[in-house]
Amino acid sequence: MNNDEIREFIQQAIDENNVMLFMKGTPNQPACGFSARTAGALNALGVQYAALDILPDPRIREELSGLSGWPTIPQLFVNKELVGGSDIVMEMFESGELAELLGVEQPEESPEPEPEVAQRPIGLENRLD
Amino acid sequence: MPTPAELQERIRAALPGAEVTVDDLTGGGDHFRAEVVSDRFEGLSRIQQHKLVYDVFGTEIGGAIHALSIKTSTPGATP
Repeated sequence: MNNDEIREFIQQAIDENNVMLFMKGTPNQPACGFSARTAGALNALGVQYAALDILPDPRIREELSGLSGWPTIPQLFVNKELVGGSDIVMEMFESGELAELLGVEQPEESPEPEPEVAQRPIGLENRLD
Repeated sequence: MPTPAELQERIRAALPGAEVTVDDLTGGGDHFRAEVVSDRFEGLSRIQQHKLVYDVFGTEIGGAIHALSIKTSTPGATP
């Protein structure tokens, strides 16, 4: 897979998934605290989302950042638009804006969200050979 | 290895008049947290505000600066 194909794959993932999270690791096994918190916020809201682990190939991150203009991981896209990284997502989660954006109820209790369930990981690694 | 003071200075230089606080989250010189209050953020989305801060460091983000957590606000806004 060359860089153009990776970028195309990323763009397709953004286009085809209303809630698309690019992260380090997976929602079940996040590989970074920032990614864990962001996936945790989505889990706490109970929304279905697609997640892509950027770690298997450094080019995924290069192409993603090239495409979005955002330098860090995670990156959350909703309806094809970049919402932000973990700082913005957490701020929006805590204020209720994220629930509003995603069209769900804000949970009454907002404990420190734990990463779990409700994800649909996309495998890019198996397409990299 | 970048220091919080260095980062603080560079953000201030890029956003004159901004109130900037930078902390080293881990003490390891690679995970930083920046709180920036600037009137330059007026009328900008959060994404655009954070990008202004990220842009100060360009490709150092993800490199020498492994992680930069950002909180932005405008002087008039409640924190």
